[in-house]
Amino acid sequence: MFASRRALKLVAKKYPSVTTNGKRSISLLVNSNGLNEEQRMIQEAAMSFSETLLMPNAAEWDEKKHFPKDVIKEAADYGFAGIYVKEDVGGVNLGRKEASLIFEALSTGCVGTSAYISIHNMCAWMIDVYGNEDQRQKYLPSMTTFDLFGSYCLTEPNSGSDAIAMKSTAEDKGDYFLLNGEKAFISGAGDSDVFLVMAKTGEKEISCLIVDGDTEGLKFGKNETKMGWNVQPTRAVIFEDCKIPKENLLGSRGQGFKIAMSGLDGGRVNIASCSLGGAAFCLDTATEYIKTRKQFGKPLANFQYLQFKLAQMATDLEASRLMVRNAADMIDQNNEEKTMYCAMAKYFATEKCMDLVDYALQMHGGYGYLREYPIERYYRDLRVHRILEGTSEVMQLITSRNLLKD
Amino acid sequence: MKVLVGVKRVLDYSIKVRPNAAKTAVDLKGAKIMNPFCEIAVEEAIQMKEKKKAKEVIAVSIGDKTAAETIRAALAMGADRGIHVLTNQRIDSDLQPLAVAKIFKHVFEENKTDLVLLGKQSIDDDANQTGQILAAMLDVPQATFASEIEFADDGDLIVTREIDAGLQKVKISVPSVITCDLRLNQPRFAKIPDIIKAKRKKIQTLKLEKLDIDTEPRAKTIKVDNPEVREGGVMVDNVDDLMSKLREDKII
Repeated sequence: MFASRRALKLVAKKYPSVTTNGKRSISLLVNSNGLNEEQRMIQEAAMSFSETLLMPNAAEWDEKKHFPKDVIKEAADYGFAGIYVKEDVGGVNLGRKEASLIFEALSTGCVGTSAYISIHNMCAWMIDVYGNEDQRQKYLPSMTTFDLFGSYCLTEPNSGSDAIAMKSTAEDKGDYFLLNGEKAFISGAGDSDVFLVMAKTGEKEISCLIVDGDTEGLKFGKNETKMGWNVQPTRAVIFEDCKIPKENLLGSRGQGFKIAMSGLDGGRVNIASCSLGGAAFCLDTATEYIKTRKQFGKPLANFQYLQFKLAQMATDLEASRLMVRNAADMIDQNNEEKTMYCAMAKYFATEKCMDLVDYALQMHGGYGYLREYPIERYYRDLRVHRILEGTSEVMQLITSRNLLKD
Repeated sequence: MKVLVGVKRVLDYSIKVRPNAAKTAVDLKGAKIMNPFCEIAVEEAIQMKEKKKAKEVIAVSIGDKTAAETIRAALAMGADRGIHVLTNQRIDSDLQPLAVAKIFKHVFEENKTDLVLLGKQSIDDDANQTGQILAAMLDVPQATFASEIEFADDGDLIVTREIDAGLQKVKISVPSVITCDLRLNQPRFAKIPDIIKAKRKKIQTLKLEKLDIDTEPRAKTIKVDNPEVREGGVMVDNVDDLMSKLREDKII
């Protein structure tokens, strides 16, 4: 267990709850059981990055709504900018399981930063898989170094879960597509450079376009004031007669919806992984807190209700982990049922981890509600995971639809 | 300069060690890590390479087939290639410093190395002997407990040693053996591109049995047991009570 242990030692310096000095040898912050040596090393690399560069700064970034582009750029050195992008364009060509380990580890330190990095990875992957050689060579060498930041543009003000009802159009003008419309809740928008935009190229035809950040007619809404995920900007993206060169069509015409959806299986595993990391941190913090906080003359940990609660939280975290890693494995194996398993994993993990963080906050009492303590930030950050990349309700819909299909 | 680094696979320091059922040795079940002092040695060797003082860094580990994983970790940190001396002997007890030094001497000579960097000791047997014995067998200078290694203009090394009286600086020529102490450096974490590159680096496997080295243990372990459990004390209210207690128990 070379990997995670040293990372734990590092974390322990700042968060005494994670000490490995024998006083408390069990922590669920990191689980490397069943991982091979390489995966453990990857997990360790991500934990060390999280510990040294994210954890110490996350609270300040959240408060100042600062998008830490410089630190994200450093993440590229570690290979986090092209996790499942092929090596000829600077990626490290790993699987989804490894990606899940990375996002889980990063989000122990900062959920929002980890989540943005995951979105960027999804965009880079889409270009790698569906792009032609020119597109791959044009964008990916810069995306895998974080010289270019990616944004994924599917949702519109009036079409969220019902993505296919989108209004944005890309009219074929011979040499170019004339792109008009508005996309909503776009992570990174305003600070990112490459936009993967789904738009209608025909009555019932959705295509995916690569839109450069400096395209004329590309405008942004204000930075939304959000409950959480404050470390990354979220803006509306507005297209007014944007001329998109024909060579920026990703895949073929009409393939856009399929491309958008294919990115989402992995995207869901990634977001679920971000919930895991946040919850793991909160479980650890709460465990330590109830051991030290005394009420009625004894530590909170001596109250059986809290003992049971803690056991339930730990069990939920581990169950979520197993589901998420299993779903990641299924994408790696290209299992036919992967979409359903990714949906179940996202549904379960984002809901259970949210509950876990809620309980962790409750255990902290009034202090949990204060910004001086980190729990409320994780609470705010994790809440959106039940909404984006497909809501919990849509995840259930996908699951039951698969179960009931003839 | 060619640098040989020893990397030993040991039981994770966060695991509470227990004697085996027969009380003949420590139970080795559980997670393994690279000996932390070896990690420091690897880091130092890589830094020498980055400063263009070392040309090649070779990571050497002795042990069963899992020792290759520890070599792989050193390769991911930046070592160039590995040598795995394969044996099923227990490296925390059966294979003792004298035998390990002999094996390193063999590898050193086979590879025409200039410098050996070792951890000052490993956290399993805590012997703290291998570096010293190896230097003697090779008849080369040694600098143990290094907390700083600098390069002199004449190609010698200036090593700051942590000794009981404080810090001592010694100037040694190469070839030589240096053992690394805790404060020498802070080992790096491997980055993913390096972890992937490490997969392609070569690890040469040597079967210990075929090396014609006498590895017979010279020290015999009689028994391994848990330390005695401390008995609970009593709380005293004040100094007077404490004094009378101490007198009662004839401690003062």
